[in-house]
Amino acid sequence: MIHFHLDARSGMPTYMQLVNLVRRAVRNGTLRAGDRLPTAREMVAALAINPNTVLKAYTYLENEGLVTSRPGLGTFITKGIKAQLAPTVQRSLRRGLDAWLKRAREAGLDQEGILAIVNLAIDENQSARVA
Amino acid sequence: MTVAIRSAGLGKQYRSGWALRDCNLQIPAGRICALVGPNGAGKTTLLRLALGLLKPSTGDISVFGWSPTTNATLVLARVGYVPQDRPLYRRFTVDEMLHLGRRLNPRWDQEVAAGRLRRLDIPLDRQVGQLSGGQQAQVSLALALGKRPDLLLLDEPVSNLDPLARRQFLSELVQVVAADGLTVVLSSHVVAELERVCDHLVILNSGRVQVMGEIEALLELHKLVIAPSLDPAQVARDQTVVQATHTERQSALLVKVGGKPVRSDWETHSVSLEDMVLAYLGNPSVSTLPAPALEEVAG
Repeated sequence: MIHFHLDARSGMPTYMQLVNLVRRAVRNGTLRAGDRLPTAREMVAALAINPNTVLKAYTYLENEGLVTSRPGLGTFITKGIKAQLAPTVQRSLRRGLDAWLKRAREAGLDQEGILAIVNLAIDENQSARVA
Repeated sequence: MTVAIRSAGLGKQYRSGWALRDCNLQIPAGRICALVGPNGAGKTTLLRLALGLLKPSTGDISVFGWSPTTNATLVLARVGYVPQDRPLYRRFTVDEMLHLGRRLNPRWDQEVAAGRLRRLDIPLDRQVGQLSGGQQAQVSLALALGKRPDLLLLDEPVSNLDPLARRQFLSELVQVVAADGLTVVLSSHVVAELERVCDHLVILNSGRVQVMGEIEALLELHKLVIAPSLDPAQVARDQTVVQATHTERQSALLVKVGGKPVRSDWETHSVSLEDMVLAYLGNPSVSTLPAPALEEVAG
């Protein structure tokens, strides 16, 4: 089972954090089609969170089609869902990023500076796409 | 939707003054509701009114539709209560405390109470006074749960526990709710760790209900707006300003978003539950009732 870690300071609602954790695990192949997600009770016990939060996250994922709930059996990653990124592509993208990070560090940027550039680039690309 | 606690025009006057006034409240069943407010805000008074330990001076309160004073037996059978000072007989062993619970409660479930404590490695033959604060809190919770309540009222359950014991207590609590679907109302003046556990919020301030609703809905509605020297009056036309701070160049306003969206050239941030609660507590005159989530519930 994948490890669910919540970030209390992220400012994102807890159910959305759970949604994103599952999405990411599916995207990078940690969770595959047919895998069973923890039951609400298992999730509550592991994370000490409100049970309704888990149900809300699972309902959200189900509406999105990423998971399928089978009454009495549990909640499963929907059949036919594939990791959205082939491992080779992922590795290649990662290599490019690692090289860029090395250059950024050499140029004297700390983590905060790096994140600022990355966030700015994402924002600008986003608005360029919208416009 | 079933309502666990409902009050209308509820007030309680002590000789020293009003502890609670004009309290119109709805807490849906199946929720874990945080009852938040400074000391003396009326939290304990509200819990004691819900139990029928106090009689309202004005208005009325009902628990699952029953009045706690005129139908005391019906209400008390369904409600578990852990008061703030956690009254336990310190010289009793844990087992003897459970025995007392069994003798006093017709619906007592020994396995629920004792099994829970065994699982937590709390020695049943130990005197209660020799247990740690965290263990005593777990014993109180087990006693309250042993009567199989539909509603659990906890008055400051974690306020004098260390961080680990708090986490363990809250973890037990959410697991009980996940298993049995009971309603929990817990009062607290510590907010930070409640964000993950509670899904409903009632803020009491100076004896009045200042805010109530579903926590996620409330957080979506509240934003911190930062912009060059804002005039709160200008912002207040479209949004409810809960809190305003100004520097020479910038203003920071915590607002409840109204009918119109916040201007897009203003910097907006989401707020944490703690930010939001503290903003309200610091400004008792601002109230944003009724909360949107509850309007739907009303029907």
